Amino acid sequence: MIWEVFRQDRKGQPFEHGGSVEAPDAEFAEAWAREQYGRRGESVALWLVPRGAVHVVDEWADEFDLKYRRVDGYSIKARLKEARERAAAGPR
Amino acid sequence: MADEQAFLEYVQAGGQVETGDWLPDDYRAKLIKFIEMHGNSELMGVLPEREWILRAPTLQRKLALTAKVQDEVGHSQLIYRVVEDLGKPREQCLADLISGKSKFHNVFHYPTKTWGDIGVIAWLVDAAAIISQKALLKCSYAPYARIMKKICWEESFHILHGRDVILAMVTGTPAQFELVQEALDRWWGPLMQFHGNPIPPEDDPMFQWRIKSQGNEEARQQFLDGYVPQIWELGLTVPDPKLRKRDDGVWEYTEPDWDELKHVVTGHGPRTADRLAFRARFLEQEQWVRDVVLAA
Repeated sequence: MIWEVFRQDRKGQPFEHGGSVEAPDAEFAEAWAREQYGRRGESVALWLVPRGAVHVVDEWADEFDLKYRRVDGYSIKARLKEARERAAAGPR
Repeated sequence: MADEQAFLEYVQAGGQVETGDWLPDDYRAKLIKFIEMHGNSELMGVLPEREWILRAPTLQRKLALTAKVQDEVGHSQLIYRVVEDLGKPREQCLADLISGKSKFHNVFHYPTKTWGDIGVIAWLVDAAAIISQKALLKCSYAPYARIMKKICWEESFHILHGRDVILAMVTGTPAQFELVQEALDRWWGPLMQFHGNPIPPEDDPMFQWRIKSQGNEEARQQFLDGYVPQIWELGLTVPDPKLRKRDDGVWEYTEPDWDELKHVVTGHGPRTADRLAFRARFLEQEQWVRDVVLAA
């Protein structure tokens, strides 16, 4: 059984995927993950997750081109230039 | 991205892939070969050092060397896990290692004559290795690149430990200094062969697939630039009369013995047979542990 190991550097930091260990149960997985990812105090916590329990989402449809939700949906350069020029030309 | 050309362009532009992604067959085969050899090298690399655990000069050194051996075996476990996910089981990796079908790094085929060798291995062999491994942090296969972070972190302790061993000896008696010089003389040839022949990166399939992110000669130059000055400042002599840094920053050196490299890594090194026999014996002797654990 493969266990994915996520480790945390310091309290408050995100858990990052470190690697995996093979172990028949959680107890063995813990023993080996402690040796591999914690024996120098490099992790404050570990998450051990059976690989089969990881539900992967990696497809992102964008059928409606929802660019207005993102910064790349806004190209303000030309408008900003025009606005500055108008302002420089004096009061309307 | 179910097309080899698109995949190649993607990795060459710095893209990384995960285990579940579609991988071209040739890429997968090259990855397995490369990563497996790395795993083999970590596992075989502890044997020269293990020989000195019982003979280490102080308790502190014994503990440090034992910890280093534990680190390296741990690296091989992590690395074989990555190979397993690519489709080759660990049992098969170990069987191929023992039968001589797969290879391990040249430097682990040589004897360790004195405690000076242990210092040179931990300092300079690990330094050469960390240069290759740092370049793997950018490997196109992301699971391998991720474990390399931990491996490089641990290797940096090993280099410091090695340097400390060397410094203790060069500041000791003339006989101790001599042990270091003799060890350096023995290891210089294999160290210069370590990064491989100067094949241009464009012709190196491992570079083409961005499994490696630098060419062999680039790695060797980086090693020379980083470590020759550190060797010289201790009053040690590098056994190569041609070695010098040119004005343009490139190091010149005597052509390494590529025939020796080939001969050694194809299973004909001075300690190849002994160490593989040792590995085979222990694998058999410890079969019961695997049986018990897997039956748990």
